[in-house]
Amino acid sequence: MATIKGRARKFGDNVNTDAITPSDVLHLPTEELKKHTFRPIFPDFPNTVREGDIIVAGTNFGCGSSREGATAVLKELGIRYIVCDSMARIYLRNCVALGLYPVISKGVGHLFNEGDDIEIDLDRGEVNNPKTGKKAPFKPISGKLKEVLDGGGILPFLKKITEETSKPKQA
Amino acid sequence: MGCKIRTPEGRTLMTIVEKILARASGQKKVSPGEYVTARIDMALMNEMIRLIQPVLSKAGIRQETFRLWDPERLVVGIDHRVPPTEVPFADHQKRSREFAKKLGIKYFYDVAGGVAHQFMVEKGHVRPGELIVGTDSHTTTYGALNAAGTGIGASEMTYVIHMGELWFMVPETLLFEINGTLPDLVYSKDIVLYIAGKYTTEVAQYKAIEWKGPVIDAMSIDGRLAMGNMSVELGAKFGLFRADKKVIDYVKARTNKPFTPVEPDPDAQYAQTYRIDGSHIEPQVALPHSVGNVKKASEVKSIRIDQAVIASCTNGRMEDLEIAAKILKGKKVHPDVRFYVAPPSWEVYKEAMDKGVLSTLLDSGAMIGNASCGFCTGYQGVLSKGERCIAATPRNFKGRMGSPEAEIYLASAATVAASALKGEICDPREVL
Repeated sequence: MATIKGRARKFGDNVNTDAITPSDVLHLPTEELKKHTFRPIFPDFPNTVREGDIIVAGTNFGCGSSREGATAVLKELGIRYIVCDSMARIYLRNCVALGLYPVISKGVGHLFNEGDDIEIDLDRGEVNNPKTGKKAPFKPISGKLKEVLDGGGILPFLKKITEETSKPKQA
Repeated sequence: MGCKIRTPEGRTLMTIVEKILARASGQKKVSPGEYVTARIDMALMNEMIRLIQPVLSKAGIRQETFRLWDPERLVVGIDHRVPPTEVPFADHQKRSREFAKKLGIKYFYDVAGGVAHQFMVEKGHVRPGELIVGTDSHTTTYGALNAAGTGIGASEMTYVIHMGELWFMVPETLLFEINGTLPDLVYSKDIVLYIAGKYTTEVAQYKAIEWKGPVIDAMSIDGRLAMGNMSVELGAKFGLFRADKKVIDYVKARTNKPFTPVEPDPDAQYAQTYRIDGSHIEPQVALPHSVGNVKKASEVKSIRIDQAVIASCTNGRMEDLEIAAKILKGKKVHPDVRFYVAPPSWEVYKEAMDKGVLSTLLDSGAMIGNASCGFCTGYQGVLSKGERCIAATPRNFKGRMGSPEAEIYLASAATVAASALKGEICDPREVL
């Protein structure tokens, strides 16, 4: 895979699931929910986000609840990569399950300002800020997880399996 | 007992979680950082089951091709908004019920089941050595019975209930050795809050915890369940205990299914070992709005409270109800305090009723609630702006119990009962 290029959307540490999807709107349909994404901490985000933007954040991104909506809504907004110093455990699982690529590298959050260009080399495992020339290494995802991510998440993977197993069997 | 895995050098090297993940992924040895695909022994879904149908249709998976991998290994319970107070929640529960029936869920606990993490252990669905996933972050509770339990999201659960397997990264293990003897009126909840205060709520991020030491050996199953439960508040993926006689007896009384307890190897590799002298731990309180914002109860002065709660998947079991009753026997809760007590299951409720514990609490002015997640999660007994609540529950996040301008303080059941009596937060040793 070639290098991924995008625009960095900058966040701080401990962005919790309530900050991503405020609980008072959690029950709304996705189209509505999208409009409230990051409302408590970056209210202009839904109006300015573009397909292919890349989230750049500090430590413990996605901490809090196990609710999957907080991951799904970012995917709906066109985000495919989340670059951060560290990610909360269940959020990381939900990213892989929904086909969002977590790029985790200690200190990477400080290499970017809001709106900077960002490049991610998925083969070499390197995040680059072309403006400053600063780079950060990360461990690329491999094996079965990569298979799941490349296929767009765990459900397309499951779909393939159910289709194969439901084919008429020959005795 | 589980057979020991030996390296060619003859040294044994695995922690509890490494052994469970090795067994579940069909390997002799696994190491931290390694990704494995593991067979799931049990899976728990709450009302999240209603999301499976939309998840399937969105992914274009035809429902007739989707089936349960093993009906013996799936449990569903309705526990969060019970009984429902608004029509949309009643709708969610109806959909959950209908879909559970359609899928052929064998172990389905409707609203009368109580809090899932309690009926899972009471009804024998949690057995030592097993790997368990649930659509709830407090699935770590099962570590108390030597089972590796952890939370996952709805899409992953959809995959699990069809395939019976899931990927895991083998976590590093932290060893927490709690030495000495806990002083009177100090409980497992105090130990976890003490650790959260001293080492932060990220101390075990991505990691497994193994709890051991004389304090753990002496601890009741109720105390260990609270501690496994709260392990997730330290960031942990699993919070595991050994299966001693207490665990084996508890499980055997509740299931005939065979199980194999898992012991850590004597020279297992721990990422870090924390040795804590339990004899010096005092009653603790987590102040708003983080589980890690902790002080000694004796240092929290003149904090008047409007509400006190003993409930949830963390507290409210017999040990908690008994100490609350002991503190409140023959006394009255402070007139400005609403005191809500909700045993986490009807089995606990009945035992407390038979033993006269509920009667003592009622006489003290408590309101006894039904078994559900309601009091902890802001569906029942919500707080108004500016109100303060002390709660024997797992979380004190801003807005969790109603108004975001209310304050939640966390403590053991003993500290909550004592504070309810006094009308302000206090060390339970002041009143007993």
